[in-house]
Amino acid sequence: MTRSTPLHLAVALDGAGWHPAAWRSPGARPGDLFTADYWRDLVTTAERGSLDFVTIEDSLGPRSSRRDGVDDRTDHVRGRLDAALLAARVAPLTSHIGLVPTVTTTHTEPFHVSTALATLDFASKGRAGWQVKVSASATEAAHFGRRRIPPIDHERRHDPETVRAITQLFGEAADTVEVVRRLWDSWEDDAVIRDVTTGRFVDRDKLHYVDFAGDWFSVRGPSITPRPPQGQPVVTALAHAEAAYLLAARAADVVFVTPHDIEEADAAVSAVRDAERAAGRDGEPLRVFVDLVVFVDTDDETAGRRKALLDELDGAEYASDAAVFVGTADRLADLLTTWRRVGVDGFRLRPGVLPHDLTALTERLVPALQARDAFRRHYEQSTLRGLLGLTRPASRYTAAAATPAT
Amino acid sequence: MTARPKQIILAAHFPGVNNHTVWQDPNAGSQIDFSSFVHLAQTAERGLFDFFFLAEGLRLREQRGRLYDLDVVGRPDTFTVLGALAAVTTRLGLAGTINATFNEPYEIARQFSTLDHLSGGRAAWNVVTSSDAFTGENFRRGGYLDHSQRYERAAEFVRTARELWDSWAQDALVADPSAGVFVSEGDAGAFEHAGVQFDIAGHFTVPRSPQGHPVIIQAGDSDAGRGFAAATADAVFTRHGTLEEGRAFYADVKSKAAAYGRSPDDVKILPGVSFVLGDTESEAHERTRHIRRQQVSPQTAIALLEQLRNRDLSEYDPDGPLPADDPRVSDDTIIKGRARQHDDRVETARRWRAVAEEKKLGIRDLVIEVTDRQRFVGTPARVAEELDTFVQSDASDGFILVPAGLDEFVDKVVPLLQERGVFRTEYTASTLRGHLGLGPPRLSTPSTGVAVSA
Repeated sequence: MTRSTPLHLAVALDGAGWHPAAWRSPGARPGDLFTADYWRDLVTTAERGSLDFVTIEDSLGPRSSRRDGVDDRTDHVRGRLDAALLAARVAPLTSHIGLVPTVTTTHTEPFHVSTALATLDFASKGRAGWQVKVSASATEAAHFGRRRIPPIDHERRHDPETVRAITQLFGEAADTVEVVRRLWDSWEDDAVIRDVTTGRFVDRDKLHYVDFAGDWFSVRGPSITPRPPQGQPVVTALAHAEAAYLLAARAADVVFVTPHDIEEADAAVSAVRDAERAAGRDGEPLRVFVDLVVFVDTDDETAGRRKALLDELDGAEYASDAAVFVGTADRLADLLTTWRRVGVDGFRLRPGVLPHDLTALTERLVPALQARDAFRRHYEQSTLRGLLGLTRPASRYTAAAATPAT
Repeated sequence: MTARPKQIILAAHFPGVNNHTVWQDPNAGSQIDFSSFVHLAQTAERGLFDFFFLAEGLRLREQRGRLYDLDVVGRPDTFTVLGALAAVTTRLGLAGTINATFNEPYEIARQFSTLDHLSGGRAAWNVVTSSDAFTGENFRRGGYLDHSQRYERAAEFVRTARELWDSWAQDALVADPSAGVFVSEGDAGAFEHAGVQFDIAGHFTVPRSPQGHPVIIQAGDSDAGRGFAAATADAVFTRHGTLEEGRAFYADVKSKAAAYGRSPDDVKILPGVSFVLGDTESEAHERTRHIRRQQVSPQTAIALLEQLRNRDLSEYDPDGPLPADDPRVSDDTIIKGRARQHDDRVETARRWRAVAEEKKLGIRDLVIEVTDRQRFVGTPARVAEELDTFVQSDASDGFILVPAGLDEFVDKVVPLLQERGVFRTEYTASTLRGHLGLGPPRLSTPSTGVAVSA
């Protein structure tokens, strides 16, 4: 693993921040969560820090303290805007940062997902990504009424029926990514010819049917939208366990993992590489990002006090699937530069409180990393693939056409 | 005191993927670069237009089993473009065509409500339907709805979307940190809809948007389409472009709306029209001739005739005479992925033949002659006068302009409409409902026993 490659840094945006009581913090803007200005301010703050990308969380059901279904709490943020539209809304107001909305694949039409993300790539001039999300929620399924998803009991997650249900959901998600990627490739880059002599706008030989037929859906193609600027927008996925590692290895460019210490980080990187081999991945290796929830302040005591106060307001100590970091930017910079030695490519930081912890990341963490020569000083690439060191792939159909039959 | 003349509604339509969009000109822009959309939307806003209008495509067209390559091909996703345009405009309404067949109400209601939030109340939905198995091959749903079910599904789709939009009370969002109350009720957004097409329940995730309900536009000239529009739509996008047809359509839809207990002013009639301007009448007509020849190339002339006659005519000379036989009548059409063009092929073919014989026209010149659409041609003064006449004589409430040269229209025609006192000189409202003079939406009646607070 080369150590000289720059660290990658992303931030995960969700409502008023990841702590359920974040909206009650001083400086929070709970009345603005459904306005464009709020999201513009967050994303431009992240861009000022030269971060690689922002992800925008989403789901097709309400937030809840319960695993599935709603609770009746009135003291938590409720409501959420469509993340892909939020990303589109801020695209013209930013110029370098990657925009990675969450799009749930379980109930959506893959064709729509493909054109929406391709269009985000056009509107942002090559900065679009996608956080693939599976919905295993029975209550979300009831919002669509087309299929039943059996309630998945966490205690029984190893039961054969549960394993089968989860395997199917992830299989469907992998199919969705596959068909979306085929649709992105279905127009060769030079398909538009505008040939006045023959009257042809497009060279139909450079448009391709994708003819995907799987267990859950089939899609004929080609896309209605031409090939996007990046060719393939960047696909990301959060993964905690083997089924999700395999999905990421089959389908994604970037995987977010959730170790709680450096040993677990080391193990997660190994598990991702194992999953790549198991999936027979032959393209570029997955970029592995570690997720951390962060509460960052000028000193450890202030950070700790701030989080303790939020815990008290919420009536519970905050816990997350990811490790929770509470402390100064310098200590966080030390932690990131240490953890990356096990082969981590970057970090996706989840601000505990917005905009407070996001501002702390761009104003304190980024300079601290730069002082350690661990992070870029300004953007040197204009596309998200460029920022992540991913090449722009040729359309698989161009490649197929260029390969003589043997 | 004389009554104030009717105010004209103006919308700009991004050029579509059809042969009316001239791409051959070296100055023609990109159909896909975001800058094209920014330019057109900002021009429309400079002209104080009511809204910007986007069409939709869900499958590339095919003719004779091959991808159709003579028109502009390829377009972006509607929601994404409108979401991004909300960032570069401040008052302009943003209308998107979204199919009610290959989507689900929860998702579409959520996207339009989000767009309404992110644009500060400027979202509109042009509801269209499809029964097309060809298009269905790109979707999970497939294409199994028959024609009558299309409107049944669409009507229930819109009704369901409205129930979702009404599921958050206006004052549900409290966001009071000191009191620790974010929402007024624990089950904000609760909904339940049990119908023929949709049987869904749960919680909607988007608080009530600035307009409450985004503006609903309905396209479609069939009887079923008119009934649906009169019952549910805020505006109707129509092809009835001539003054006489327009007046008949206008009277019909407005009276149907009254029969549904709505005010005639609750539904605006907006024909899609194009225009060609010139410094003189003869210059405008010369430009029209030039545009028509670009719109109907020799290859396009044959393709359009094939669509009528429903068979391969590739061996025919575009400058030569029409085929002598009758059109092939079959349910299976040679063109796929395009709205039906001809109701009665045999009758239309006879009419075309009569025109060709009378005017002694070859195939291309005939197609140029008979496929022309309503357009306003002339000097800016003449076009302004005709548009005004159209509206004042109740043939429409305004227009959805299919622009070739929107800048010219904004610079030369809009000031003349303003002088006539029939078009705004500044925006007086911030929402699209406000521009259109529509009142707040009526709360929907839930289809089940779930209470909706008024």
